[in-house]
Amino acid sequence: MKDLRRNFLKLAGGAGAMAVTVAAGLLKPGSAWAAPWNKTAFESKASADAIKNLGAAELVESKDITITAPDIAENGAIVPVAVTSKIPNTQNISIIAEKNPFPLAASFDISAGGDAYVSTRVKMGQTSDVRAVVKAGGKFYTAVKEVKVTVGGCG
Amino acid sequence: MNLSRREFLQILAIAAAQGMPLASGRAMAAARSGNLYELGKPQGNVTLMHFTDCHAQLLPGYFREPDVNIGVGDARGRPPHLVGDALLRHFGIRPGTREAHAYTHLDYVAAARTFGKIGGFAHLATLVRQIRAQRPGALLLDGGDNWQGSATALWSQGQDMIDASKLLGVDIMTGHWEFTYGAKRVQEVVSKDFKGQIEFLAQNIRTADFDDPVFPSYTLREFSGARVAVIGQAFPYTPIANPRHFVADWTFGIQEERLQRVIEEVRNKGAHAVVLLSHNGMDTDLKLASRVSGLDVILGGHTHDAIPRPVPVKNRGGQTLVTNAGSNGKFLGVLELDVRGGGVKSVNYRLLPVFANLLDADTGMAELIKKHRAPYETRLGETLAVSEGLLFRRGNFNGSFDQLILDALLATQDAEIAFSPGFRWGTSILPGAPITTEDVMNMTAITYPFVTTSNITGENLKNLLEDICDNLFNPDPYYQQGGDMVRVGGLQYACDPTQKIGSRISDMRLKGKNIEATVTYKLASWAPVAEGASGEPVWDVVTRYLRDRKVIKPPVLNRPRVTGVAGNPGLAAIR
Repeated sequence: MKDLRRNFLKLAGGAGAMAVTVAAGLLKPGSAWAAPWNKTAFESKASADAIKNLGAAELVESKDITITAPDIAENGAIVPVAVTSKIPNTQNISIIAEKNPFPLAASFDISAGGDAYVSTRVKMGQTSDVRAVVKAGGKFYTAVKEVKVTVGGCG
Repeated sequence: MNLSRREFLQILAIAAAQGMPLASGRAMAAARSGNLYELGKPQGNVTLMHFTDCHAQLLPGYFREPDVNIGVGDARGRPPHLVGDALLRHFGIRPGTREAHAYTHLDYVAAARTFGKIGGFAHLATLVRQIRAQRPGALLLDGGDNWQGSATALWSQGQDMIDASKLLGVDIMTGHWEFTYGAKRVQEVVSKDFKGQIEFLAQNIRTADFDDPVFPSYTLREFSGARVAVIGQAFPYTPIANPRHFVADWTFGIQEERLQRVIEEVRNKGAHAVVLLSHNGMDTDLKLASRVSGLDVILGGHTHDAIPRPVPVKNRGGQTLVTNAGSNGKFLGVLELDVRGGGVKSVNYRLLPVFANLLDADTGMAELIKKHRAPYETRLGETLAVSEGLLFRRGNFNGSFDQLILDALLATQDAEIAFSPGFRWGTSILPGAPITTEDVMNMTAITYPFVTTSNITGENLKNLLEDICDNLFNPDPYYQQGGDMVRVGGLQYACDPTQKIGSRISDMRLKGKNIEATVTYKLASWAPVAEGASGEPVWDVVTRYLRDRKVIKPPVLNRPRVTGVAGNPGLAAIR
């Protein structure tokens, strides 16, 4: 069974599968694909600009957002980052690697009633705070976790 | 007044924190009366023996404890960041005794000559048998770093240690350096050699693709009237501290949320006591113990800290005791739990130093070791040079054998600067003793031994030193990797461990001249983690250097000028 899944993944990968996995959440059918690409947010070169361009004038720190990411990245090229929001009516979850040249790494629209859980992999060149920005009920909330990227060696 | 063991330990910890000298526990008393290995009356109904980080040392040898083991932030002045006299005072150990020698670097050479060699699997086997005779049903736990650290282990892909562990009677194990033989080799050993005898546990290793477990997370063991769960925790940063390509399909990490779920699972399955067999390193274990609830004891390793008494840590569920059992086969931890009425009523812990001249060699084990060494005996015994001074490795910044490696790299690689990794394993060699091929391998035997040279700018040199230094001195242990600072030859610098990354390293100089950010320097180093790296094995470079020199004068240690830590009890006066 495990091997089957692995083979499937390889085939799917070869066929050019979607790079981003939305594990348990529900993508808005249609609208996730059709939603206008937030070009200005993704092309922002500073984290503050990306946040502003997501439409967040003000961010409220929230304990209801959980970021699951390694303390030290095993491979900076593919850092697994998952975000869970327990904030009611979560509409969007965005992931920002603050020191990346283009900090906004991913932005997910969540349809009403969907599990507000997203999981993806982010490329990181250096140690940085990873910030989740959650839009819920028209307001913006945030949480931060530091992910260290190190040269390694010296065990 | 009827104190439980836990309350007693708490009081001890409080008293110790206030700097009161303490009369120590039973083990010390027994030691003074000469019965180091007599346990006396059982202190409970469950006994777990624990050794860790033996680094493939089958024969008795020497291992000098560090004189520099600096703690910063909350870790300042707390175990394990105590060395020398500060450690003795904290744990109430009398200077000049066998125990003082076992736990510290103090007067090392004279004490080593007085008290003799430590460890050795034949002697450890005798001790394990003696404990089992006194505590029938006792289990033996191995915290990992068993298969790596010697020539015979490297040349047999760990087979000598695998066979010795089975004969020793190891019941449960977790790992770290084991993985540097590659994922396939570990799985082969676990599924064949260990089958039905040694359980290899790791709750924090999963496949990178589907997050499937690679090894069982835990085992449940029955004692009379008690069910005990042992959970395994492999070294969380294996793919970072060691080459990732050895375990390319696996992912590690601390995984404390998953650990909490495993604890709940074993409690639901009726475990009365829950023990974590951990290769996290002691600082990480101390933090983990404060954040996870339901663990009675963490039996820890990785950082090679020989800590005579457990450290109690408060958490939501009550309290967890954290231990660390040293390295090189030098110690055997004996944990006794009194499990009654569904829980642990009291805990008794001893860390027994394994002195080879106090324990007869077990004949069966001695035979097995001899058999494994036979094909290599001549080669291992070749004398390459004689050492005039003490050679050792352990310490935050440098050791004399590392200095020897650095000197060899500088002499042979046409480089201005040399780096040698901050490994914590490696044996010690007494003044006047020959340096043999076996000794060189004890300091270098890894599966990625290549010497490489590169050109590096002053700026990148600084960034590299800052990066490595942060792995040692980040005040948050979850960002530490448990190794020591890279050993540096040729280059002088200053280091303030209390600063943040980017500000710890300063005053970098080469032959008195400031290092320039934009100038390129030639750097020689060994143990590259990148896939596809190649070069001459470091042991060949060192061997050539030793043969040429024949007599090795006491190496002059190039250590950084350490600032910001005056009076730190993890820093002994450097003589």
